[in-house]
Amino acid sequence: MNSIMDISLLLLKGIKITLIVLAVSIVISTLIAFVAGLSRVSSNVLLNKFTGVYVEIFRGTSLIIQLFWFSYALPGLFNIHLGSDIWTAVIAISLNYGAYMSEIVRSSILSVSHGQTEASVALNLTKFQRMRHIIIPQAIRMMLPEYGNYLIQILKATSLVSLIGLTDLLYYGNIYRSTHLSEAPTVYMLILVFYFVLALPLIAFTRKMEVFSKKGVAQE
Amino acid sequence: MGKPIVNYSKIHKSFGDVDVLKGINLDIKPGEKVALIGPSGSGKTTIIRMLMTLEQPTSGTILVNGENLWQMEKKGQLVPSDDKHLHAIRGDIGMVFQHFNLFPHMTIVENCMLAPALAKKNDKKEVKIQAVEMLEKVGLGDKINLYPAQLSGGQKQRVAMARALMMKPKVMLFDEVTSALDPELVGEVLEVIRDLAKEGEMAMILVTHEMDFALDIADRILFLNEGVIEEEGPPSELLVNPKSERLQDFLARFNKR
Repeated sequence: MNSIMDISLLLLKGIKITLIVLAVSIVISTLIAFVAGLSRVSSNVLLNKFTGVYVEIFRGTSLIIQLFWFSYALPGLFNIHLGSDIWTAVIAISLNYGAYMSEIVRSSILSVSHGQTEASVALNLTKFQRMRHIIIPQAIRMMLPEYGNYLIQILKATSLVSLIGLTDLLYYGNIYRSTHLSEAPTVYMLILVFYFVLALPLIAFTRKMEVFSKKGVAQE
Repeated sequence: MGKPIVNYSKIHKSFGDVDVLKGINLDIKPGEKVALIGPSGSGKTTIIRMLMTLEQPTSGTILVNGENLWQMEKKGQLVPSDDKHLHAIRGDIGMVFQHFNLFPHMTIVENCMLAPALAKKNDKKEVKIQAVEMLEKVGLGDKINLYPAQLSGGQKQRVAMARALMMKPKVMLFDEVTSALDPELVGEVLEVIRDLAKEGEMAMILVTHEMDFALDIADRILFLNEGVIEEEGPPSELLVNPKSERLQDFLARFNKR
């Protein structure tokens, strides 16, 4: 019983890093998703192609290898240093998930009914007003449930940052296990519980958004 | 009646290999009510969609208030219009669609307020007062805070009309506005259009299959067939004494139903 307390206290130390990486990655990947998603539906060919290449590269390679690239390969090759390890982790995770999420932004925008565009033209809205007031608000409703799913995935992905030496939840768990080998099952059981508890609000958010998004969208 | 508010001259339109319109010449006078009838695929809807800038003519010109809609002058040459030019000219045109196209994420009063508020026609309070008045006019004064999904088809179409009217267009286009409605809801929508027609100032172009209604409110009926205006005239003449064989066939088929 005592060891459960000990392990929990130790894991709590790592929660801070996990939460920081999670929160900042969510913000930045969301921004990237919108910028990339909008670029993908833009009529500017160069922007469109460039973003397409970015999305495919980051979707097509694994996050753990991207983390290693940003943290070990880039500094050696090009002398690019991304600052502290937290930033390295946040940037790799954000670029990776931003690429995935840009696809939901793109497909949601495209699935808003064409009649909405026609009505906007008939009311003489400008292109920008149409995007800002008609298309994007409806696209956001459509993308929210899937967006929630990605937030849960980002949380789980943060566990990889222990591999580039960040002292997150999993890192402390591994440290403890390496000195108390026989308690490995307890350690990993507790780590699972911790991640699950962290995911609960995100799961609740996703459920709520599923209900919300059913209202107020005109789909083809 | 003075010079036309809308003028089509030698308008052709093809979609791929299909020639939908083959030389349309048409003047609409201010305040005139024109009904477009004809078999499906005859190009009726395309005619009004080009005026709303939803479809670009393959050749020919459309003038709105004497201004060229689809071409503009640039360095002394006529070039295809850009968004800015279209935006500047189409403000006088409004349109009501077959499938309403209301904005589902906004209440119906917000639907009516959005465009005039963005166009800064008036301050927001004033726009809201006008929107409520307009919704009262179409008989929905008690529903202003509902969302489109909470309304019947007929009510949705009346909101769509109120929303289009908020921009005070000089020409209003109606694209088969009763075709998507249950039969028992058609009447309430036609009633609103009839009232608008009586007010008079606004020109109206109606693509419709409601012959009795066209007979009732139109100053002029155009019969379109295979991309040309086959016959036109005042409703009493055109519907009662059709000259061309095609119109006779069309009306006969209609009356059988």
